[in-house]
Amino acid sequence: MKNLITKMSTQAFVIMVTIILFIIMYAAGCVVYADKNFTNIQVFFNLFISNAGLIIISASMTMVMISGGIDISVGSQVALVCMMMCDLVMNKHVPTAAAIAICIVYGIVYGIYAGVMVAYLNIQPFIVGLSGMFFARGMTAVINTGMLSIADKTFDVLAKTKIMIPIDFLAKVNKRGMKIYPNLYPSVIIAFLVLVIMFVMLKYTKFGRAIYAIGGNEQSALLMGLNVKKTKFLVYLLDGAIVALGSVVYCMNTCGGFVAQAQGLEMDAIAAAVIGGTSLMGGVGNVFGTLLGVMTKATIEALVSFQGSLSSWWAKIIIATLLAFFIILQSIITRIKAKARD
Amino acid sequence: MNKETSTLKRMVGHQLFMPIISLIIVMLITVVYKSLFGKDGVHLDLTFFQIQITNGHLYGYLIDILNHAGGLVILAIGMTLTVASSAGTDISVGAVSALCAAVCVRVLGRENVVADYSTGVYILAFIAAMLVGALCGVFNGYLVAYLDIQPMVATLILFTAGRGMAQLLVNGYIIYVRKESYKWLGSFFPHIPLPSALIVAMVVAVVMYLVLNKTALGLYIQAVGINKKASHVVGLNSKMIILLTYVFCGWCASINGLIKSSEIASVDANNIGLMMELDAILSVAIGGNSLGGGKFNLFGSIIGAVTIQALSTVLLSMSVESTQVPVFKALLVAAIVVFQSPEIQRWRRNRKARAAAAGKKVA
Amino acid sequence: MKEILTMRHIDKNFPGVRALSNVDFTLREGEIHALMGENGAGKSTLIKVLTGVEEFESGDIRVDGIEGPVINRSPEEAQKNGISTVYQEVNLCPNLTVAENLYIGRQPRTAFGTIDWKTINENAKKVLTDLDIDVDVTKNVEDCSVAIQQMIAIARAVDISAKILILDEPTSSLDDNEVEKLFTLMRKLQSKGMGIIFVTHFLEQVYEVCDKITVLRNGELVGEFTVEELPRVQLVAKMMGKDFDDLAEIKSAATETDNSHKEVLISAKQLGSRGAVHPFDVDIYKGDVIGLSGLLGSGRSELARTIYGIQNPDEGELFVKGKKVHIKQPIQAMKLGMGLLPEDRKDEGIIADLSVRENIIIALQAKRGVFRLISRKQQEEFADKYIDILQIKTAHRDTPIKQLSGGNQQKAILGRWLLTDPDFLVLDEPTRGIDVGTKTEIQKLVVKLADEGKTVVFISSEIEEMIRTCRRMIIMRDTYKVGELPEMEISKDNIMKAIAGGAEHE
Repeated sequence: MKNLITKMSTQAFVIMVTIILFIIMYAAGCVVYADKNFTNIQVFFNLFISNAGLIIISASMTMVMISGGIDISVGSQVALVCMMMCDLVMNKHVPTAAAIAICIVYGIVYGIYAGVMVAYLNIQPFIVGLSGMFFARGMTAVINTGMLSIADKTFDVLAKTKIMIPIDFLAKVNKRGMKIYPNLYPSVIIAFLVLVIMFVMLKYTKFGRAIYAIGGNEQSALLMGLNVKKTKFLVYLLDGAIVALGSVVYCMNTCGGFVAQAQGLEMDAIAAAVIGGTSLMGGVGNVFGTLLGVMTKATIEALVSFQGSLSSWWAKIIIATLLAFFIILQSIITRIKAKARD
Repeated sequence: MNKETSTLKRMVGHQLFMPIISLIIVMLITVVYKSLFGKDGVHLDLTFFQIQITNGHLYGYLIDILNHAGGLVILAIGMTLTVASSAGTDISVGAVSALCAAVCVRVLGRENVVADYSTGVYILAFIAAMLVGALCGVFNGYLVAYLDIQPMVATLILFTAGRGMAQLLVNGYIIYVRKESYKWLGSFFPHIPLPSALIVAMVVAVVMYLVLNKTALGLYIQAVGINKKASHVVGLNSKMIILLTYVFCGWCASINGLIKSSEIASVDANNIGLMMELDAILSVAIGGNSLGGGKFNLFGSIIGAVTIQALSTVLLSMSVESTQVPVFKALLVAAIVVFQSPEIQRWRRNRKARAAAAGKKVA
Repeated sequence: MKEILTMRHIDKNFPGVRALSNVDFTLREGEIHALMGENGAGKSTLIKVLTGVEEFESGDIRVDGIEGPVINRSPEEAQKNGISTVYQEVNLCPNLTVAENLYIGRQPRTAFGTIDWKTINENAKKVLTDLDIDVDVTKNVEDCSVAIQQMIAIARAVDISAKILILDEPTSSLDDNEVEKLFTLMRKLQSKGMGIIFVTHFLEQVYEVCDKITVLRNGELVGEFTVEELPRVQLVAKMMGKDFDDLAEIKSAATETDNSHKEVLISAKQLGSRGAVHPFDVDIYKGDVIGLSGLLGSGRSELARTIYGIQNPDEGELFVKGKKVHIKQPIQAMKLGMGLLPEDRKDEGIIADLSVRENIIIALQAKRGVFRLISRKQQEEFADKYIDILQIKTAHRDTPIKQLSGGNQQKAILGRWLLTDPDFLVLDEPTRGIDVGTKTEIQKLVVKLADEGKTVVFISSEIEEMIRTCRRMIIMRDTYKVGELPEMEISKDNIMKAIAGGAEHE
């Protein structure tokens, strides 16, 4: 085992563990809950549908973590954007497209704030995120202290159009002999688009590689001539915009907004990234690994809910345990590698 | 020698400058706001600072602040030490507060409404809560000190799991405690004019001050926070010292949980200590402490905690909804942190140096 | 020869300190130019000003081929102007591959505009093979040894076709073989017309590979000299600003004292630590001054640290004053009368934000225990005592130690251990990165300690220092203790022979 670890890169090993874990859990679910229709492919697709927003946000979180930072404001940003969408479209009668644009602009503005603070004023990302979290959560209440929902034609088209997946072997045949194909929503398509774009950006652009370099050793990156400040600034600016987009997608799922919405979502995003192989120290991470992390979280929640009698808090505890496991795993692997090198 | 003492004086003054200024600003804002926007037209309104004695107890906004600040002050003291020893922001303290409150109330009784219990059980409940808090601290501290895991990462685990465990203990219900004496910790002990939380906070503060300054522990914590390896070479048990700060912080969280639960005479696992970890970190930052660890100033954190509490109280008195208060905290965090940022500090130092050089040339 | 870099009348101030005052520097085409000076002379500052890490107040920098004065505001800009730097601390990104480190910031692209990984890997292999560096380019840098990392850093700087290459103390972590390879590389670059600024403390290396020497002292230019016209002694004299015959005194002191040190203080029997040092035997007498010689990585530090206990021994036995001991924590070693001045003072020595006073008393405080706080008054007395004895240059005893120069920091750490009145003191590279004047003081101190009956283990990568002060020499090779030389047999040749081990080289 030790030989395997030293040969593989840390990240490859951790992702391998995650994949195995995910397969085991999902398979277990299929076996144990076969009678409750867990094996229906739609269950698998529903994981994506309910978590499309989280996938986008976690991908952005991955990018920020690779750069060596973190953004703990995302949960509150989701709440704010959802509330903004509902308020703009329903109360202020702004057309959906314009409302989405406004939200993205807000995300960019916040991103600029965070970018200036972290990159140019050298303030710890955790603290900047703290201020963002307070601000966004508070502003959500300023817009409306109650609950709002959104029901608008254009929005509903985006949110609720079912997209059939016409692949025969995935279809189930119902009692009347009709093929029922599994379906997805546009939100999932958007999420995957974001994932692909981010993957290409991180692996195949100078900007993306600079993010890895800075996360690995900021001092070295600086001395090698990389524009560290500009890169970090752009990371947070992008993060603001992508999180805003992710929040809009999240809203497509919940179709409503309230003050305590998405409380703790930032921890879900961080957990997903870590379980997916992203290191909290920076320099290591992969958006598809994070996708796997989100799927793992979603599977655990599905398993708990299919069980029926367990409180949903169990899901949180299991995820926390997994998080602990992966954190400790990363730490142990680092040690084994350090010893092998010396 | 004179030059050295005045430089020293300036340094000490400077250390507490930040928290004291923040507090003064908050007070000033209140006075200005009330004076300008008060009901009776524009006049100097100092009612905010009035203190009355009713039924042998002190009342007034200031007392309110000090009373509700009790829990936060204690959290801030705990957080100061974990930050100092390991650059560790312990983000689990809010969740641990909830967990310990849940443990306490469960020892008191198994029902959803706890009506009565003996003093012995009460003491037992308290000890159980404190033990659980300390145990959470052991968990966090072990991960940070012995497994070398980053503090924010390590405490993330209890942050995520703590409330869940609390919820399981109370089965998702809000547990009410009907016995009068349960409320004392969160308000007043009979015949004692000062708020109890304040008394507890003061006791903790004084005891910790003595422990940190009359033994070498304060020096050790700073040394370990600045350079763990060097501290190890000179014979300090760095790991144990770091672990102890987390155990203490966990214990502080338990006390906070007990106070908060007593304030509302119930245990709401969702809301006890919610966002308090952030308030605590903010208090430490306002207190002039570097979040990167090393040297620390306990008194600064205490003033910082009072400032945060003052801010909340002031805003609530201005009819800001409690859910909207965070916006102002955000502005405060941003302002302070920008001011403390190395870039701004450098700019200020350069200005001072240039002024001094100019002064010298003239003289 | 054409001048490719001229720096004239450079002034640089830090708050309260004049770092550079009217300094000139010239570099010519195809020249290897040493930049030398004691600590605080301004060498690092001059380089930082040239490469854009620091701003400067006044002065003129010109680079051949660039119109007008050159002011670099960042390392990036300096790189664009043809000035590349390789630092003592390896500045690579550990999480990226070797190939990527070579090309970060300038990656070749495909027709689509994306990064061309294939070309990166191929080119990287070519570049490294040209320089005789054999490493898998797809390996993460963190999985490579420190020496290889250093070479990769240099390869990158070279590949960026700089006109001017700055090597800032590049040889500190390299062994002799690797240093030779570096010199070969430098000569190759020299023949191509590149100008190299070589910042170093190692006198021997300067004479081996450099053409010119510029000496700075206290922020001012002492002069520029050719290597031929400046014998070693004069160079040192110019760096110190005084005549230098103190070294002769040390040696005579050493041979004069007689060997009345029969009492065994520490005895190690087959003491070993897996992965660090193979089981060794050594008897250390009271009043001994023992040197440890060996190549980089031979286990010298590890041996000393295993005795001190900070490197946990997992086999063998250790006896102190005749009694068997098991040391698992430094505090146990300290209570037995031991002390350790670590190799890396920044990493394991100074507690940067604490004051000089606190840094000095901390070991004694740890020995006394957490409950017996040394009173403030006593702390001040102790601090003042050693500031005086060791001539530590500091504004005040409460100045944060990070504000002191390297040499003075080292003195403070030394004071820290002397305060604990140890019977046995390990000094691991106590003179590394220190100016010549302080080096001499420390060597004298070592001999004085021995005369007072203390036992010292002295590790230095400069053999001359150990030859000058030690009465016994332990030879290490590949983490084995391979020999011991008694005082009369200590000489550079004998040591080299013992390290080489029987095979006759040149």
